[in-house]
Amino acid sequence: MALTGVEIFKLLPKTNCKKCGHPTCLAFAMKLAQRQASLDACPDVSEEAKKVLGEASAPPIRSIALGSGDKAVKMGEENVLFRHEKRFVNPCAFAVEVKDSMSDDEINNTVDGVLNSEIDRVGQKLRIDAILVSNASNDAGRFEGVVKAIASKAPAVPLIIATGNPAAAEAAVKAVADKKPLLYGADESNADAMANIAKTHKIPLGVTAKGLDALTALTEKIKGLGVEDMVIDPGARTAKEIIEANTYIRRAAIKKNFKALGYPVITLAQRDDKMVEALIAVLGVTKYSSIVVLSSIEKWKNLALFTLRQNIYTDPQVPMQVEQKVYKIGEATPESPLTITTNFSLTYFIVSGEIENSKVPTRLAVMDCEGLSVLTAWAAGKFTASKIAQFIQESGIENEISHKELIIPGYVAILSGAIEDKLPGWKVTVGPREANALPAFLKSR
Amino acid sequence: MAFAAPNETYSGKVFEVTIGADKTAVFGGENVLPFHSFEGNAPHRPVIAYEVQDVPPEDWPETVKKVYEGVSNDPVTWAKYCQDTLNAQAIALRLVGTHPDRENRSPEDAAKTVKDVLAAINVPLIILGSNQIEKDSAVLVSVSEAAKGKNCIIGKAQEGNYKTIAAAAMANNHKLIAMSELDINLSKQLNILITQMGFDKERLITDPMCSALGYGLEYTYSVMERIRLAALTQNDTTMQPPMLADVGMYVWKIKETQASETDLPQWGSLAERGITWEAVTAGSLLMSGAELLIMRHPEAAKAVEKFIDELM
Repeated sequence: MALTGVEIFKLLPKTNCKKCGHPTCLAFAMKLAQRQASLDACPDVSEEAKKVLGEASAPPIRSIALGSGDKAVKMGEENVLFRHEKRFVNPCAFAVEVKDSMSDDEINNTVDGVLNSEIDRVGQKLRIDAILVSNASNDAGRFEGVVKAIASKAPAVPLIIATGNPAAAEAAVKAVADKKPLLYGADESNADAMANIAKTHKIPLGVTAKGLDALTALTEKIKGLGVEDMVIDPGARTAKEIIEANTYIRRAAIKKNFKALGYPVITLAQRDDKMVEALIAVLGVTKYSSIVVLSSIEKWKNLALFTLRQNIYTDPQVPMQVEQKVYKIGEATPESPLTITTNFSLTYFIVSGEIENSKVPTRLAVMDCEGLSVLTAWAAGKFTASKIAQFIQESGIENEISHKELIIPGYVAILSGAIEDKLPGWKVTVGPREANALPAFLKSR
Repeated sequence: MAFAAPNETYSGKVFEVTIGADKTAVFGGENVLPFHSFEGNAPHRPVIAYEVQDVPPEDWPETVKKVYEGVSNDPVTWAKYCQDTLNAQAIALRLVGTHPDRENRSPEDAAKTVKDVLAAINVPLIILGSNQIEKDSAVLVSVSEAAKGKNCIIGKAQEGNYKTIAAAAMANNHKLIAMSELDINLSKQLNILITQMGFDKERLITDPMCSALGYGLEYTYSVMERIRLAALTQNDTTMQPPMLADVGMYVWKIKETQASETDLPQWGSLAERGITWEAVTAGSLLMSGAELLIMRHPEAAKAVEKFIDELM
C-alpha cells in the first residue's frame, strides 16, 4: 500500500535542511506521498528509510522502457482499473511479429510497413511501436542475422527478441544490446540462463508461465537472480483467458500492491482472421495489456487500433480539443455556407458529422474555447461576440469566400446582433440549436 | 508470496431480458463485469441485431449498402435475408422513413411495415423510430399496437417523449429502450421517470447513446462502465437494465467508413477499414458493458460473434 505523507515523514531525517528544495521535511513528505517528488532529492536519508520508502513509493506497476532513444516506449506506471477514475498513463505498444523463417523479402516488407506506419490523428503521431522477432527457424545463426538486419534497417524501432533458447538469445541480444531490446522467452526451464543475459546486457526480460501461480513464482525467482525489469506473459491465449489473467494481474498490483505481478503485460493477439485479431487487440487495449503483438499491420487495421488506443488513453478530466481553424467539409467552394462552433472534440465530431450527413459542402470554423461545448463556453465568456468577431477577422476567411454570412449555433442566438455590430458588413444567421437539425437546415437553404 | 486471486463480489445483478415471441433471445442476467465469468455468473451471450430500414439505404456508404443490394428495396425481403441468409438472431427495424425531413411516412404506414415484417420473420424484432422527438411519439405508439403480443423492443424513449412511448410499450407488452445523451445521471433519471409511470424496470434497456470509434467512443465507453459499476457494486436497481450499443448508425456516417483509399492512401483499403471500424467500435462497447448491439455489416457482426465465442 502507498504510505501517507505523515508515515513518510516519520522515516525522513526531520532536519528541515531544505537541500531537497522543499521548506520542511513534512512538505517534502507530502510531495513524496503525491508522487510529485523523488526520494533521491534527499541527501541524508538513511538506507533503511530508502528501502522502506523505495518499495512503498514505487508505482504498483513497474515503469519499464521498451527500446531506447526517441522512439522508446514507456510502459507500466498504471494506477487505476477504470479510465474514468484517472487517466490511464502509458498507452500500450503495438508490436508486429517477424518470424525469422520468413523470406528476406517478406521481412523487408514488414519492416517497411512499420517504418511507414505513422499516422497523424487529432495532433498525435501514432505508429506501430515495435518489432517482435521470433526464432521460428530454430536456427540461432539465422535469428542473429535477421535481428541484425532489422536493427540496421530500422535503427530507432524498439525490438523484442523472442526465443526460449538462451544460446540464440545471447547471440541476438549481443548484436543489438545498445538498443535495449526486450528479451522475451524466460520460462521455468531457462530462467537462470535468460536472467543472466538480461543482467549482463542491462535489458528487460519477458517472462512467461502458464497461470498466475507459476508466473508469480517465476518473477520472484528472476528478481532474486538480480533482474528488476520484467514484462510478464501469463500464458493467456484465448480472449477468455486474457481478460481473466489481465484483470487479476491489474487488480493484484493496484489493489493489493502485489509486487510479483506488478509488471507490464505482453499479450499475443495473432490470429489468422485479421478482423478477429483486431478484436483481440481491442481486448488488450481496453483491458490492461502494455504490449499487444500482431501478426500483420494492414493500414486499415492500424488506423482503427491507433484510434482506439488514443480514445481509451485520453484523460477523462481534460476535454479533447480540436485545432482552431476553418475546416472544409465536402468540396466547399467560395459560395459554400460558413458555420461556427467551439473546439470541444465531441462538439466538433457531432457537428462535422451532421454537416457531412447533409451532403452540403460547408465551411466549419472551429474556435478555441479551451475544449468547452457551445453553451458552457458561452457561459464562461469564451464564446462571445467580440471573440467570435476577432477569430473570424484573424482567420482570413474573408479572402476565401465570396459572401459574408456566418451561421451561429441556435443556443447563442442572443449573440447575433452583437456579432453583426463587431463584424461590419457581415450577416449573422441563427442556425439550429442541436446538431442533428443541421442537415435539414443546410439542405433547405 | 503466493498469488491469491483478487476476486470481487458484487451485490447487484443486471436484469435478464427475453425478447421475441416465436424464437426468443435472452441477454443480461450477469452479476459480474463484462465477461468476468471467472468470478461469477454471466449466463447469456450479448445479442447482435441486424439493422434494416423501412426505406432503401440510399445514405449508407457503398461498403455496407452493396451487401443488401437486391433486398433492401423492401423491408420484408431485407429482414428475411438477414434472418435466413445471414442467420441474424434478431432484427432491428429503423423507421427512418417516418422522419419529417425524409419521406415523412405516416404512423399508419409504419404500422403496416411492422406488421409485414413481423409476419415474415420469427426472430425477435426491435422497432426504432427516426429519432425525431414529436414524430416518434406518434409512430412508436402506432407500431407498438401493431406489434402487440410479439414481445418486441420499442425505442427510443427520450426525455422529451417518454410518456406516450412508455405507455404504449406497457399497454402492448413490449420492452422499451430509454435513451439519454452520454450522462450517467440523465440516464438514471430517465429510467426513474419511466418506472414512476408504472413501467416495470426489468423490461427496460438503457441506451446511454452510442458513439463511433474516434468520435467520442471514450465517452460512451466510460458512461457504460460507470453505469455497470453502479449496478453491480452499489446494487443500484435503476442502473440494472441491460445496455444497448446502437453501433451501425454511428459508424457508417463518419469519414473513416467513406473516404476512398485514393484520397487517403495512408488509411488503407476502404472496405476493410469500414468493416473493422464497426467491429472495433462494437468490440470496445462489449468490454464496457453492452449486451445488445445493433449492427449493419454482416462481416463485422460475424467477427464480433467470433470474439464473443472466445470470450464466453
